[in-house]
Amino acid sequence: MSEIPEDLKYTEDHEWLRVEGDGLITVGITDHAQSALGELVFVELPEEGQVFNKGDACAVVESVKAASDVYCPLSGSITDVNNNLADEPELVNTNPHEGGWLFRIAPESEDALETLMDTIAYEEYLSGLED
Amino acid sequence: MGSCRLFSFYDSELLSDIGTVGAFAPATLAGIVMGMRTPLYQVHVDAGAKIVDFGGWDMPLHYGSQIDEHHAVRQSAGIFDVSHMTVVDILGTEAKAYLQHLLANDVAKLKKPGKGLYSCMLNEQGGVIDDLIVYRRSDENYRVVVNAATRDADIAWMAEVVKGFSANIVPAKDYAMLAVQGPQAIALAGSVIPASLRADAAVLEPFQAAEADGVFVARTGYTGEDGWELVIPADLAVAWWNEFIAAGIRPCGLGARDTLRLEAAMNLYGQDMNASVSPLVSGLGWTVAWAPADRNFVGRAALEAEREAGIGEKFVGLILRGRGIMRHDQRVTTPAGDGAITSGGFSPSMERSIALARVPVGAGADCKVEIRGKHIDASIVQTPFVRNGKIQIII
Repeated sequence: MSEIPEDLKYTEDHEWLRVEGDGLITVGITDHAQSALGELVFVELPEEGQVFNKGDACAVVESVKAASDVYCPLSGSITDVNNNLADEPELVNTNPHEGGWLFRIAPESEDALETLMDTIAYEEYLSGLED
Repeated sequence: MGSCRLFSFYDSELLSDIGTVGAFAPATLAGIVMGMRTPLYQVHVDAGAKIVDFGGWDMPLHYGSQIDEHHAVRQSAGIFDVSHMTVVDILGTEAKAYLQHLLANDVAKLKKPGKGLYSCMLNEQGGVIDDLIVYRRSDENYRVVVNAATRDADIAWMAEVVKGFSANIVPAKDYAMLAVQGPQAIALAGSVIPASLRADAAVLEPFQAAEADGVFVARTGYTGEDGWELVIPADLAVAWWNEFIAAGIRPCGLGARDTLRLEAAMNLYGQDMNASVSPLVSGLGWTVAWAPADRNFVGRAALEAEREAGIGEKFVGLILRGRGIMRHDQRVTTPAGDGAITSGGFSPSMERSIALARVPVGAGADCKVEIRGKHIDASIVQTPFVRNGKIQIII
């Protein structure tokens, strides 16, 4: 059973988002996603200052066998990326919601989070996928 | 299966369903889509294996950590269920003559019973229908082991070519096939096999097999390590598997099998070669037996014409110097022209990306690999990358 922390928001693409005190939003992939992908061996992150629209491919996570795009969950500019993943991509597997975060983004709009799922909705979404 | 964009794969090979959420469906939704299963399927499920479709078979991808399983084989011993592979026996007074016509390598090299050799089976155009190992059991009995996904096409082709020969093609039934691989594999596995076979099995040379009491054991593998591959009666599979595990051999899935064979620079059919490319541009020229010149094997004329015209490509290893992971079908650029990666991935032993590639013969030591629009530096190297637990290439 996947871990689905209650302080996060979720997308249908299996990303999690956390609103930080300074209004920035931290983004990672969910426990379910890392488990489905398997052991990650390479993560390609955006550059600080890059601007993305919601839905743009902005990062790539590669497991032993396959590469997968990560799509930007909201429009905004990248303020920070997790450079630890260059040497330790496995942090995404071992600690997907904390040490394995991917990037932080300054959202273009405050409303961007409103359409995202909370823990209960994401849990239901996952069980729907398994049916 | 709903679309799920996080999992849009660049590398959609046989193992590509690893990450798709819906990929679990075939194995878990009873009665909807079910792949073929080996006698060990339930053992894998009970051991917590992640099951994926592989050529129509529900097979274990890993039992928790593909990378740990890889290291276990390099450092100690691992066991793989390869019962999906196809075993075909060729029986009859003209079995040898038939195989000398069917295969690009020459079974006349098998001087004594039990010896085996690796060969390609070609079409008339010189393309590779499959790669296989053939063993001589007696003058009128040869055993051929071919791939799983190619089973039907292989047997159909064998039946086509056998016309006019006094030989029968007999697919084996009710067997399991296990591979125990690693520096400790033979020592640990020896106690499990029957006493009647133990002494013979212990002293097998590479590519030699022994058999007794319905058990066939060969000193072969697909990992670059020492070990055995065993064909056993299906009803022994579960008991033997459990005994091998109890002896200290780690269960390993097809994921580790793929990274191990890539490090050992062993070709994967369908990826490194197929029916439209010849062995001469697939690193398999050494498996073509040209002598004697009058041995008329299927595809010979095409290969001779290809050789006569001059072979434009070579099959090489690549090590990525920059960051990233090389994958099947990525473009390789060299001053002599472009080539392509046939198998690529992450090497757990070297902790960097390695690949097999087809490049122009004039390519030198350096090239670039196009990964998502960027051209990343790579070195062209002699393979294998890893053999018997040791990294062979330092760049």
